[in-house]
Amino acid sequence: MASQSSIAAAVEPDFYTAAHSRSGLMSWLLTTDHKRIGLLYFASMMVFFIVAVIFGFVMRLEMLSPGQTVVEPQTYNTLFTLHGIMMIFLFVIPGLPAVFGNFMLPILVGARDVFFPRLNLLSWWLFIAGGLLAVVSLFLPGGAADTGWTFYVPYSIRTSTNVIPAVTAAFILGFSSILTGLNFIVTIHRMRAPGMSWYKMPLFVWALYSTAWVQVLATPIIGITLLMVVVERVFGVGIFDPALGGDPVLYQHLFWIYSHPAVYIIILPALGVVSEIIPVFARRTIFGYKFIAYSSIAIALFGSLVWAHHMFTVGMSNTGMFVFSLLTFLVSIPSAIKVFNWVATLYKGSILLEAPMLYILSFIVQFSIGGFTGLMLGALAVNIHVQDTYFVVGHFHYVMFGGTGFGLFAAMHYWFPKMFGRMYNRRRAAVAWFLTTVGFNLLYFPFFFLGYLGMPRRYYDYLPEYQTYHVISTVGSWVLVAGLIILFVNLLIALKKGEKAPADPWGGKTLEWTIPSPPPVENFHTIPTITRGPYDYSHVQEHATERP
Amino acid sequence: MGMWLFLFTELILFGGLFIVYAVYRYSHPEQFHLAAMELNTFVGTVNTIILLTSSLTAAMSITAIREGRKGFAIGLLSMTVVLAMAFMVNKYFEWGHKFELGIYPKSPEMLAKTPGEILYFGLYYTMTGLHALHVVIGVIVLLVIMRMIARDVITAQSYVRLEAGALYWHLVDIIWIFLFPLFYLLH
Repeated sequence: MASQSSIAAAVEPDFYTAAHSRSGLMSWLLTTDHKRIGLLYFASMMVFFIVAVIFGFVMRLEMLSPGQTVVEPQTYNTLFTLHGIMMIFLFVIPGLPAVFGNFMLPILVGARDVFFPRLNLLSWWLFIAGGLLAVVSLFLPGGAADTGWTFYVPYSIRTSTNVIPAVTAAFILGFSSILTGLNFIVTIHRMRAPGMSWYKMPLFVWALYSTAWVQVLATPIIGITLLMVVVERVFGVGIFDPALGGDPVLYQHLFWIYSHPAVYIIILPALGVVSEIIPVFARRTIFGYKFIAYSSIAIALFGSLVWAHHMFTVGMSNTGMFVFSLLTFLVSIPSAIKVFNWVATLYKGSILLEAPMLYILSFIVQFSIGGFTGLMLGALAVNIHVQDTYFVVGHFHYVMFGGTGFGLFAAMHYWFPKMFGRMYNRRRAAVAWFLTTVGFNLLYFPFFFLGYLGMPRRYYDYLPEYQTYHVISTVGSWVLVAGLIILFVNLLIALKKGEKAPADPWGGKTLEWTIPSPPPVENFHTIPTITRGPYDYSHVQEHATERP
Repeated sequence: MGMWLFLFTELILFGGLFIVYAVYRYSHPEQFHLAAMELNTFVGTVNTIILLTSSLTAAMSITAIREGRKGFAIGLLSMTVVLAMAFMVNKYFEWGHKFELGIYPKSPEMLAKTPGEILYFGLYYTMTGLHALHVVIGVIVLLVIMRMIARDVITAQSYVRLEAGALYWHLVDIIWIFLFPLFYLLH
């Protein structure tokens, strides 16, 4: 297998070294190759991620002791606003679909590129424009936005800070997200290789497909809502302004009609990654393929109908609260189906504890904790008690970071050899995994206690009795950051000095492992014809034992 | 397929505004009624006819290009553009008249009105304004397409782009078809 691919590689240069119509930087910035665009997203996203991590780190440092510790109160408001905007709009939403979706989706379905390659490049440029605008709004006169990432009215209409640039940034990013989703849907419909029926598609593709639909259907709502906030600020038309007869609660409805499905835009691809990685490292066919595929669609569907569970305390009708609470509970069913299927896949598998698998195991535990606390929040009685406390913050960090973030790290370690053609140090990767997992749980688990005891979110100061938990949490943030540094340093070293990766370092059976690492420009010499399912391990017993 | 999906997102974009309209109409029915009396149904009707005709010429240009009649196709599209301009001019005078009467956001006359009326006009300006923005974008798209026809990028054999452009124009039209009764006719 390995010798075969090295011959192929000698014949055909990979997409880094192949001759290109433009040279140098321009060959990247104006590329329409889905692999290069994926890497562009990767690089830009990592920059935003690191900045947002620093913001989060400073916030934790501030919370180390009551009163002022390192930053001013106004700075703290800005920090949590930008931390939220950047992490959500610039990291977790585009994270998996834009980076790994772009790079892997065409390869996974056996195509040479996405359906609209130029539109794909446009999406990246919009992403960058939106991202830069968000950063620039920090330094414009008037001060950075301090509304939180939710831009709740009426405060977002009244505050003197730069809400308009921040909102416009989110609007542009939404546009980029819509175009990516649209591109993926058309690609999946029209460009699958001959023989790849819907049920032979890898599960990551199913996940991207359901994500793409949510992106296309939900994002316009946030677009128009944010646009209304801008119109409101500039012209004062009164749509959301209570002084002019407008209704701020309506804003919350519209905001969450998008922003709750956005949560599923964030988590669904991560669930897909898990379904992709588990069979490879358990050396078993995935358990319940169709159930996993359909549960992605079900999550996308139910997830779009639960938005008002963010607003149980605004004074809705009891019927409304009851319905939304029930729907929220229903989402947990397809999510649980996935978790059970993963565990059933692991059962009696021959598990290899490589770095991607380690992250996946953390993912399953953390995602489950995030899911359970989500159920608690969905219950009306509990919700009233913990609304707007650290409990909520803990819950969504468990899903967003413990789930999607770890899913992203898993994907990074899983596809790194394919994307860059080099292997990383596995020991160091394991150390990084250990530190990030410990740090993460140390950081966010105390949030549940804090929230239950009544510590409100977004507060700059707190009463002394909360300090123990805050200290534990801040120490956790140090461990986490140390883990992240090792993680990235390890991958950066591998980029320079790592040994050459074979075409199929993990023994995966999906299409990307049949082509050389890194892939050639056109991905496939001849478009493959698919005859087997994506996780067919019935023929690889001997291959698995041969591995070094 | 990509174009259809995109149009879908545009509809949802406006859908958000329609929801807001529905909610406020429900909570302030009388005041909405009162405010709607202020609008000039005649100007609205004229604009509706103009837009519908412009959609017709856009659709006809597709048939023209399919039969290879390049000049005719460009002629029909320029008709569409001219009609779009006429729509905008009409709109300009309509808005201008409202401004003269002091009906614009934050004006003293406006602030003296009831919340329902303020919301009505707020929505009126936001929705027709966003629609007008789409008209402008549509005109730019059509101009680009006309250039492509002139340079033989769009031909009788490959006219997908013209179809996509015309589809976009029909979308602009259909949104107006909803805006018109909601603001002008529904009293």
